[in-house]
Amino acid sequence: MLHSPVDRVAEATPRAIAKRFRGLSDRSLAWLFVAPTIVLLLAVNIFPLIWTIRLSFTNFRVNRPNAEVEFVGLKNYISILSDKDIWLTMQATAHFLIWTLVLQVLIGFALAYLINKKFRGNDLWTTIIVLPMMLSPAVVGNFWTFLYQPQIGLFNYAVGFLTGADPSSFSMIGDVTLAPWAIIIVDTWMWTPFVMLICLAGLRSIPDSIYEAAECDRASKWRQFWTITIPLVLPFLMLAVLFRGIENFKMFDLVVQLTGGGPGSITELTSINLKREAFEKWRTGYASAYAVILFVTVFGLASIYVKALNKVKQR
Amino acid sequence: MTRFFDGLLHFRRGAWEMLASVLIAAGVFMLMQPFALVLYSWSFLVTLLGTVMFIIVSHFPE
Repeated sequence: MLHSPVDRVAEATPRAIAKRFRGLSDRSLAWLFVAPTIVLLLAVNIFPLIWTIRLSFTNFRVNRPNAEVEFVGLKNYISILSDKDIWLTMQATAHFLIWTLVLQVLIGFALAYLINKKFRGNDLWTTIIVLPMMLSPAVVGNFWTFLYQPQIGLFNYAVGFLTGADPSSFSMIGDVTLAPWAIIIVDTWMWTPFVMLICLAGLRSIPDSIYEAAECDRASKWRQFWTITIPLVLPFLMLAVLFRGIENFKMFDLVVQLTGGGPGSITELTSINLKREAFEKWRTGYASAYAVILFVTVFGLASIYVKALNKVKQR
Repeated sequence: MTRFFDGLLHFRRGAWEMLASVLIAAGVFMLMQPFALVLYSWSFLVTLLGTVMFIIVSHFPE
């Protein structure tokens, strides 16, 4: 008598097929199932990476496929690492990265803390706050360009209303000092909800009993916040910083839509600069070396960050 | 501090991972700092050294 679905499937399998697979161990079967994924990963991740590293030592140009490709050694790397313009691009990326992370973490955590309280319309507010994250970066970039218009922009009008300044006296995306902040504001507006959602998951995972025990011990709200809430939310917060850090390091679409890297090259982040080298100047070998430098940087940072995250989780 | 050097001498993971992490952090700082071009020029080598070291030492015993 056949009891389980497994028995029924085994019985229904044609004898020829069953005979072929009967001799396979569990390990072999596991490999059989995992192999397609491994092959796919090798094809779409590892092979391009190795190919990029190989190209980074050559003068290959993709728009001249028939030209002779020469091995240039470390020339591309030396050229990138002594280029003052790329150094400025790195600084612009660092400025963008640090400020977006600080603002998104602070505002995202504060919003999560507020949303975690029980009040009327809680779900509606959560939905409204999360909306920017669901929009396409191209759409966000376009409508913030309108919001930043000196003559008709709502942002300029609001700043003028609050500070008394003439709204048309400043241009957020046309001014060298304001443009870096313009992209930081938009990225913060768009991605703070993501940090908020992760923090909210962390806050909701803290059992009420811990707070009740702290109340019994007469711990103040301030002390509860620093000794219960923050340590228990920290792994979630670190995860959010990791995701946003990696994403913002390679930020491209939003900034291209907003400023296109300008005015001048003040908001030209590394990914925009890399795209220019690869697909406007067609210096494929050079751009490959540039990509390898960025990859090693992000990989190294992510490694130590994941180690720190595991340590916090173990505590 | 003695424990740290002891870990380095006996090829313990914790101490070597710490050293690799410091190298990576220093490399990233050198890459993005606005103070000296020479630091920027050497940043990749430091980051690469730290990253490769991190991958190797993460297989050391605890």
